Amino acid sequence: MKSDNKLSSAMNTDVSRRGFLGGTAALGVTAASTSALMGKKAYAAKKGGHLRAGIAHGSTTDSLDPATYENGFSLALDYTLFNHLGEVDHTGTVKPELAESWEASPDAKTWSFKLRQGVEFHNGKTLEASDVIASIEYHMGEDTKSAAKSLLKQVKSMKADGKNEVVIELEAGNADFPYVISDYHIAIKPAKDGKIDPTEGIGTGPYALENYEPGVRLMANKNKNYFKSDRGHFDQVELITIIDLAARQNALTTGEIDMMDRADLKTVHLLKRQKGINVMETVGYKHYTMPMRTDTAPFDSNDLRLALKYSLDREELVKKILRGHGVVGNDHPISPTNQYHAEGLAQRMYDPDKAKFHFKKAGMEGTTIQLSAADAAFPGAVDAAVLYKEHAAKAGIDIEVVREPNDGYWSNVWMKKGWCACYWGGRPTEDWMFTTAYAAGADWNDTFWKHDRFNELLLAARAELDSDKRRTMYYEMQEIVSNDGGVVVPMFANYVFAATDKILPSEQMAGNWELDGSKFAERWSFA
Amino acid sequence: MSQILKMVAQRFALGFLTLFIVSLIIFLGIELLPGDIAEEILGQSATPETVAAFRKELGLDVPAHIRYFDWLWGMLQGDMGRSLANKREISELIGLRFGNTLFLAVTAAAISVPLALTLGVLAALYRHSFYDRAVNVVTLSSISFPEFFVAYILIFLVSVTFPIFPSIANISDATPFWDKVYKVLLPALTLTLVVVAHMMRMTRAAIINLLASPYIEMANLKGLSRARVIVKHALPNALAPIINVVVINLAYLIVGVVVVEVVFVYPGLGQLMVDSVSKRDLPVVQASAMIFAGTYVLLNLLADILSILTNPRLLHPR
Amino acid sequence: MNATLKLLASAPWSAKFGIFIILGYAFVAIFAPVLTPYGETEIVGAEFELWGDGFILGTDSLGRDMLTRLIYGARNTIGIAFLTTILAFLLGSVTGFLAAAISGWVDQLLSRVVDVLMAIPALIFGLLVLTIVGTSITNMVLVIAVLESTRVFRLARAVAMGIVVMDYVEAARLRGEGLWWIMSREVLPNALPPLVAEFGLRFCFVFLFISALSFLGLGIQPPTADWGSMVRDNATLITFGDITPLMPAAAIALLTVAVNFVVDWFLHKASGLKE
Repeated sequence: MKSDNKLSSAMNTDVSRRGFLGGTAALGVTAASTSALMGKKAYAAKKGGHLRAGIAHGSTTDSLDPATYENGFSLALDYTLFNHLGEVDHTGTVKPELAESWEASPDAKTWSFKLRQGVEFHNGKTLEASDVIASIEYHMGEDTKSAAKSLLKQVKSMKADGKNEVVIELEAGNADFPYVISDYHIAIKPAKDGKIDPTEGIGTGPYALENYEPGVRLMANKNKNYFKSDRGHFDQVELITIIDLAARQNALTTGEIDMMDRADLKTVHLLKRQKGINVMETVGYKHYTMPMRTDTAPFDSNDLRLALKYSLDREELVKKILRGHGVVGNDHPISPTNQYHAEGLAQRMYDPDKAKFHFKKAGMEGTTIQLSAADAAFPGAVDAAVLYKEHAAKAGIDIEVVREPNDGYWSNVWMKKGWCACYWGGRPTEDWMFTTAYAAGADWNDTFWKHDRFNELLLAARAELDSDKRRTMYYEMQEIVSNDGGVVVPMFANYVFAATDKILPSEQMAGNWELDGSKFAERWSFA
Repeated sequence: MSQILKMVAQRFALGFLTLFIVSLIIFLGIELLPGDIAEEILGQSATPETVAAFRKELGLDVPAHIRYFDWLWGMLQGDMGRSLANKREISELIGLRFGNTLFLAVTAAAISVPLALTLGVLAALYRHSFYDRAVNVVTLSSISFPEFFVAYILIFLVSVTFPIFPSIANISDATPFWDKVYKVLLPALTLTLVVVAHMMRMTRAAIINLLASPYIEMANLKGLSRARVIVKHALPNALAPIINVVVINLAYLIVGVVVVEVVFVYPGLGQLMVDSVSKRDLPVVQASAMIFAGTYVLLNLLADILSILTNPRLLHPR
Repeated sequence: MNATLKLLASAPWSAKFGIFIILGYAFVAIFAPVLTPYGETEIVGAEFELWGDGFILGTDSLGRDMLTRLIYGARNTIGIAFLTTILAFLLGSVTGFLAAAISGWVDQLLSRVVDVLMAIPALIFGLLVLTIVGTSITNMVLVIAVLESTRVFRLARAVAMGIVVMDYVEAARLRGEGLWWIMSREVLPNALPPLVAEFGLRFCFVFLFISALSFLGLGIQPPTADWGSMVRDNATLITFGDITPLMPAAAIALLTVAVNFVVDWFLHKASGLKE
């Protein structure tokens, strides 16, 4: 898994990517040698040009502050202006970026990151260990509002070892720590007196900020001193917020923009037919969920949970809500692209009889179950809930769809109502995903689920170095979540986006986020 | 005339009262909305700890009434404060966007008001003719379509099928004037289609309503031409309701165009206000609300003055 | 009855057409369950099936019969829109007339309340109130009715102001007629034409307001069929020249035109013109 990070040798693990590669190829994403992306130019990227990208997100309340990055526009902004210690490549592997290499102690508790030398910030300052420490520290401690706060709780101490090395000590061993520290919130910014200025747009990234009007546009110019000489091809990058679907697509077809994210799945077949437009698709970790609060009645009954899990026709949801741009879920959050995806686990099927049986066993006959949804949860969530209602009706289960306001959905509905629609961008590692939303007591355990065996396995697997043993444990955990957990995972959604044929995307695109891991500004060019 | 001056002074005073009450309602409304700015900005990634830290940073741990009076005190001194979400100076943030909003509204009004009045007078003149029916059917159909739908149809016709206008109006303050006009034409046309029917029909109705009045019959008997009777005699007396409807629509062009802004990616004040409401960025919501309310009060005053000037009975009440 | 029929017979073709359409819509709305081939929310086929073949107008994005949804949409949308509009007119015109007839502090008070309500953008106000009180149909009807009534109030007051200064009203006052008498006998008949004209458009604006609310996720609860949401759900298709979303939009447009044709006829009658 970490073929060129030193972890694999240090921990003597033998993780082959082969199984994973086979999996993605079958899904239609071809993954080839990393050299195409990291090494010499395998195909002709043209230098120069002014890129205009239409982004489906962006609000006038956004800011440059990495603590509150939350939407697709912040992601694109982040990867346009900044770098991180590592980056996730097209195989889903984390590769060193601002770090040159990293190394872990055998118990994976102490991590040392060797920094790349001679990297310059946009203001001419040279990158040093103190910048990295200040950038990470900004997301830690009592007073931070950062979304990365709970991620970094495992960090016990940090210290600089000379100017070019940062040593991080963790509370407990974590084999996946390079993924965690490369989280998009943890952008590396220049430190002044041991602190970064979060509102400033100065980074080391491929483009330097020219101007930013939150909710409208961001303009950035090529960073001539960019340390990756074969990346960042455009002269100028303009990110434009275009929230309306039709507006975005029209802007693309009329040539007002060169590329866009979030194609409308309802009309993507029509968009494909347009001349000069390329529609692209990547498989990632993004999944739609319907979490139930297992700590409150009636969802504390696993029979009811099973009844609901059996009363959904997942195939139809993939067909009608995703229009085929995705795969069915199996009531756990581990994507088929994840390394330890449990392939042997039987797919949950639509089975009204079993649903009826469990519903009766739960003693719920004749009652109505409320399902809250809003399109803020995911596009088509309300429709998905309506379909669910129809499917469940065939099992004699009455679901009442409650359409909630988009406004305030995440603070008033999610983790508040008994059962609702939700969306997860997913995580590249099993541990990260499970720790974030399934571990007992986790901040975002949106099912309020607590399973002793599962939590035991979680800790064991995190510290386990043997890949086969790890695999066995993660398989069992997926099975537990699927059969006992409080979450219905109907589907994994592909990222579908488009560009004009003037744009030359990467040969192999990363699937950790939309638009080539959101690094299109760095990785793409004009044809 | 002094009558009018007195009224203007009185209305200004009342206008400030209106603004004050509006600010109270908005403040209470936002406070009553579930969730606050810390929760909304952190969104799905909010945890109790980060929310608490964020609140402290923004000073939201201070009681509501104190925050309100702080805001009010600043406002009275002309200081709109800073956005809670990104610390930007609100006056600067809003100034630019309000300019854009006005620019679009003025362009749309310049097309729609003369058009509506002309169509309306002609429809009254040639009532029940084929022209009258056709104008009615077309304008009524156009307002029956939701705005975003009218916009999509226009975009499909004049920017996708026949590439005459750009499909988005993403202007910035660096855009040259005529380029701006060109870019806002399509949104302005959309708005025109949305508001013209209302004004045109009111013009027609108000005029027809007067045609049976004795003085009109008198004018008819004098042998004046139909056109002359309508323009010289009926129209001036029908102005009060027409002005009212025109003003309501003008206010709408400034205050209610958020959907058009979204569809055409136009950086106006409406989008800012909706974004700020959904993130509970109170100072920005307040400032936008004050501007909208102020606009409304002024337009309203204008309508009343015009109504009085055009109606001698109101000008000299007994 | 006979007189009514005679009156109808004398109506111009446009008014007859309007009445015919309105009656047709009413019929469809009332007998929706009998007229529709499928259930309102029933999923009967694949998504976006073509016209014909069991589905006269094809199916929608979830595979529900389009014709069925349109017919149920008539029932839900028209019902809500008319109820809301009538409430708005009752509230708006009564208060408007009162303000004009009594004037003084009553007028000031009512006008200032209306000013405040109108000074807040309607969509924002709707968003605030509906998010706080919840989006049941009752709440939605009440909130929209109050918001729309402010527009009616302004018009009613403006028109009535012109009437109450007339000599005949003055005369009635001197005769010692009560307020209610003046309002119902003198003000109402003379103010009716512009109000009716306004009604023809207002109810259409109610449709649009509901549809705009659904833009913010606040509209009618699914899976209830309503035309506004039906336009919105499929709106992007129009930019590729697909006319699916035109059908519910056209349904609204046809009704608007029909209602206003009848309104025009009434205006003509009310104006007393003998042409």
